[in-house]
Amino acid sequence: MNAVLLQVDGLMKRYGGLVATDGVSFTVRAGEIHALIGPNGAGKTTLIQQLSGALAPDAGAITFDGADITPLSMHERVHRGLARSYQITSIFTRLSVLDNVALALQARSGGSLRFWRAARAEVQRYEQAAAVLARVGLGARLAQNAGALSHGEQRQLEVGIALATGARLLLLDEPMAGMGPDESERMVSLLQGLRGELTLLLVEHDMDAVFRLADTISVLVAGRIIASRSPAAIRADAEVRRAYLGDEFEEPV
Amino acid sequence: MAEPVQTPAGARSLLDHALGWRWALPLFVFLLALPLITPLIGGDFYLGLAARILIFALAATSLNLILGFGGLVSFGHAAFVGVGAYTAGVLLQEGVHSAWILWPAAMVVTALFAAVIGAICLRTRGVYFIMITLAFAQMLYYLAISTKAYGGDDGLSLAARGTLGGGLELANERTFYWTTLALVTLALLLVWRLLNARFGHALQAMRENETRMEAVGFAVYGHRLMAFVIAGALAGLAGALLASLGGFVSPSMMQWSQSGLLMVMVILGGVGHLWGGVIGAVVFLLLEEVLSHYTIYWQFVLGAALLAVVLVAPNGLMSLFRRRGTP
Repeated sequence: MNAVLLQVDGLMKRYGGLVATDGVSFTVRAGEIHALIGPNGAGKTTLIQQLSGALAPDAGAITFDGADITPLSMHERVHRGLARSYQITSIFTRLSVLDNVALALQARSGGSLRFWRAARAEVQRYEQAAAVLARVGLGARLAQNAGALSHGEQRQLEVGIALATGARLLLLDEPMAGMGPDESERMVSLLQGLRGELTLLLVEHDMDAVFRLADTISVLVAGRIIASRSPAAIRADAEVRRAYLGDEFEEPV
Repeated sequence: MAEPVQTPAGARSLLDHALGWRWALPLFVFLLALPLITPLIGGDFYLGLAARILIFALAATSLNLILGFGGLVSFGHAAFVGVGAYTAGVLLQEGVHSAWILWPAAMVVTALFAAVIGAICLRTRGVYFIMITLAFAQMLYYLAISTKAYGGDDGLSLAARGTLGGGLELANERTFYWTTLALVTLALLLVWRLLNARFGHALQAMRENETRMEAVGFAVYGHRLMAFVIAGALAGLAGALLASLGGFVSPSMMQWSQSGLLMVMVILGGVGHLWGGVIGAVVFLLLEEVLSHYTIYWQFVLGAALLAVVLVAPNGLMSLFRRRGTP
């Protein structure tokens, strides 16, 4: 089995009397596609916020690649190799598709304290951005304003930006949110194509996609991980079925 | 061979800012020749006006850097102009006359003030940012009023403008004008370069989507603080020049209405346009000059003119010359 890339130990987050994250512990292994599922209000988004560094946990520790990253800010975690995408599309709508990705590449190489040389002269960076965009299926839309893309394309760009950070672990927050069947299908094959190259932690409601993609599924219910196993084992788990999957998985579709 | 990547070129992208050599160069030549023309139409007065416009163009451009390109609505920018002016004024009062000390000192002191004020203000957002920058500016305003050693409420009259060395005296109107032109041109070139460099791209993208910039690995706070300090230093230089020009430094240079004036210039010229601050300063100060000749109610007419501009060109006068794909 592969080495542990991300280890979460006893993560707690309270909002007043509400416990959003109630001692979450799980591990993500290098190279796997790890899905995080759970009913609405289970605390998935709060957990992603804490893993990416947008929220500080009240207690617990996050270890990434052997180092404790709990006190690090979001941008510091990106430089360690942990980046996220957003459930609600967060792109630069007034900038070109190419610029969206080129900016992510800028953060990754050479810093931004360059005051004189034209950024546009960095031909290599823009070529690299175009290559990333070709990979997420936007190779023909480079010069378009990102705001002019369709919803599905914006979701692809969202993943493209995260991909361009060069992260080893991507936290994908509902990449299929709001997508039609065709668009979902394209996203599934896009994510399939990333398998083995980097590690994915996927939060997703589309169960069909989750069971096709995931090597491991963790189930979050009421702020706790109640199971973290292979898809087959999760499907068979009585407690998971009762808590979340419901009757629709009783009979094969 | 892969197909060449087409970078979004020229004036169509929000990130790119062309200098516009075609009209910037003739304008520069005209300004360079201005001291040769002014004796024919009225002498030193017009040269002084031109220098004043240039200095305000610099101050407004420095505000535009953080307001227009950084998306940070600072309502206390006149404080930095004032700090620069007081630094130069106090040094002149204490007998330091070399401009090579006065100007760098004004810029460094203002940069330090901007670093401290920015470090606190940049932790807030939106309307709180506007209020806290205003509050700091007012604090410095009252500090200047209460500093009796340097004139307090009455301000500080300066006996000298400073000297450049090599026999060049800033007291000479032409020398002062040309020096101002050189400094303002250099500063504008710097702003132009840095906007099109990595620094400017990152700064503008942070205005577009701050959270996403953090999420792809940018240290948003530090980057913005850097921009705030650069803008402060440029405003400090403008302040030092303004002190020399008028031979006078007073707390009213830091008053909130002065910050408002700089904002009006930026909005008039074009928020987030490279030339926005310059055009705003030129149009505003020329209008003020011309209108005040004809009527004592010139402020009323000026207000009406500003209203007309806002209605006709809501994105500033520069937007009339430059079309963009998206609003």
